[in-house]
Amino acid sequence: MTRPPVRPPRKNPILRTRLPTLPPAARSRVALGLTAAAARGRFELQVCRDCGTVQYPPREACRACLSPRLDWRVQDGNGELVAETTLRHSHELFFRERMPWRLGLIKLDSGPLVVAHLHGDCGSPPARVRVRAHLDRAGQAALLALPDKDTPHMADDRELRELTCDPKFRKVLVTDAKTPLGQALVEGLAGAGADLVWAGAAEPWKKPPGFERVKALPQVAIVPLDLTDSRAVKELAGEIGGRVDILINNADHHRNFGIAARDGVETARAEMDINYFGLLRLAQEFAPAMRARGADGPSSAVAWVNVLSVFALSNFPPHGTYSASKAAALSLSQCLRAELAPAGVRVINVFPGPIDDEWNQTLPPPKIAPARLAADIVTALRGGAEDVFPGDVAQDWLERWRDNPKALERELAAMPKQ
Amino acid sequence: MSDTVLSRLLAELAGGRIRVVDLTQTLSSDFPQIVLPPEMGQAWPFRIEEASRYDARGPGWYWNNFSCSEHTGTHFDAPIHWISGRHLPDNSTDTIAVEKFVAPACVFDCSREAAADADFLLTVDFLRQWERRHGRIAAGSWVLMRTDWSKRTDPAAYQNIDETGQHTPGPDTDAVRFLIEERRVLGFGSEAIGTDAGQAFHLKPPYPCHYYMHGSGRFGLQCLTNLHLLPPVGSVIIAAPLKIKEGSGSPLRVLALVPQSLPAPGMSRATRKKSKTNGMRKRRR
Ligand SMILES: [Zn+2]
Repeated sequence: MTRPPVRPPRKNPILRTRLPTLPPAARSRVALGLTAAAARGRFELQVCRDCGTVQYPPREACRACLSPRLDWRVQDGNGELVAETTLRHSHELFFRERMPWRLGLIKLDSGPLVVAHLHGDCGSPPARVRVRAHLDRAGQAALLALPDKDTPHMADDRELRELTCDPKFRKVLVTDAKTPLGQALVEGLAGAGADLVWAGAAEPWKKPPGFERVKALPQVAIVPLDLTDSRAVKELAGEIGGRVDILINNADHHRNFGIAARDGVETARAEMDINYFGLLRLAQEFAPAMRARGADGPSSAVAWVNVLSVFALSNFPPHGTYSASKAAALSLSQCLRAELAPAGVRVINVFPGPIDDEWNQTLPPPKIAPARLAADIVTALRGGAEDVFPGDVAQDWLERWRDNPKALERELAAMPKQ
Repeated sequence: MSDTVLSRLLAELAGGRIRVVDLTQTLSSDFPQIVLPPEMGQAWPFRIEEASRYDARGPGWYWNNFSCSEHTGTHFDAPIHWISGRHLPDNSTDTIAVEKFVAPACVFDCSREAAADADFLLTVDFLRQWERRHGRIAAGSWVLMRTDWSKRTDPAAYQNIDETGQHTPGPDTDAVRFLIEERRVLGFGSEAIGTDAGQAFHLKPPYPCHYYMHGSGRFGLQCLTNLHLLPPVGSVIIAAPLKIKEGSGSPLRVLALVPQSLPAPGMSRATRKKSKTNGMRKRRR
């Protein structure tokens, strides 16, 4: 059984901070199919369209009938642990630093044999297990076998924690704690066992409802932060940047205009200033310290979360300039992801559908409640994905976009003006 | 230099018999910006981005690019700022006669009233009492409402916003009309974020100081500081906005020339020294 969580000891300041090492990252293009699915939190394997064989590892052709017609299909991952081994020697630095490391051979019910990291609560073979695909610190899909039923303190397993960004015992910056989403995030992170939550607050003269309650939480420290203010971002990074393990950028400027509905560029510029340049300012000031702390003990720097919008995938014309700013932020976040990758710090992009707030007042339901979105973000930190689409609208748009982006563009253009 | 008015002025300045008092808040990103409902067009706060600082971006020099509204920090309001002044001649920052940028000042000390009531409104009665003590308000004067509001260095206290809006002092409608129609002043200056009171939207007409002052070709100065260092009468204000084409206003440096023989009430050497530092304190919990 996983031991109940114990607060990690404080860092010994006379020891050199370890540099991040990564598990082997090279993958063939076809094997990246596994990563593409894991990035969205799915375990998918190739299934032959001709003979139905499910195969692993991924190949160019079916190993049973040599057909090239292979589809990636979601797997339930259920199977039987048939053998296990404990790694005590490795030429890979990542594993050398983490010995001993438990691996299992699992016969999936759908057919293939897979090698997976073995959660500590999995019994000795033969035992029923659930295989999941998580992104590892190198950003590649890694298979992990979980016990067939949840166990107490399961999330605290050492091998699992290498594949997640659990906020427990970590220090988190939420860039805008004044909005309903920001408040729910701060409360959710405190409830998830975060050591400390820095709650960013711009414009101290504005006191939104609920903010006093958030300020009163014992884990919370209010910090002045306005993403339009380069000097303020730099100053805060100077004060706390070396301690931020998880950064959640939820600061957002949202107005609902297309091009014709608003004269001038002021609104669009304000959106870009927070949604795009704000991310850039944060990344320039906070990412360097996080890059240096990717292996800083059990509570290392581990994740950067951007709250984007499903509108980033395809422009929603009634909120056209906002969509454009989120598309810009999405593109920049890919740059940030590449720059944080060597440190093993995961960039998680969250693409909610319309949030149930004042700027989406006239959009018809369904809209995602801020509290639900916050809970989904905390869940994402405990999972193994990097692209998260919370709520029904986001899931629906994602599927339509994946199926045919041009069709989605036309459908969004035809939606009535709200 | 021969003995001219200007040479005598320079001698008085050099001898410290005329003091130069800075009435300007420091332009910084911490200084509060006027708050409007979020769906409306907004005035930019002051922001600054480093271009280089003796580094790879420019090895031998330091400089910044800044951005702000025409109405950020200590700033000047031109008549074209308000709809009532939009058709007046020479109503923008680039066309106002430059002679108007140097003018005498009358300072109304409302600091006690504003301390007791954040929504204090300056009245005609108050002005008449002031005139009984200090003489008639001269035509062409700046009239400056001293409230000590600039001493509120906490931005939240300076803004003083609650669910019903902003609570800052300003003039009432009759006082504005009296100053314009019966005293022909140059403009109205305030320590708070607007020349109008925080609740002036509810006056008739809304924002009477903006409406009537700009509607009659007069000016505004906002976010002034150090008014407590000025005598009630006798100082001269130098307030020249940037020459922005069709500008509705401009941040600017506002200076006052104060004859040493006319000390401000309660002014000591110690407070004079202190007055050099001003600006918003960064708010931290
Ligand atoms: Zn086949």
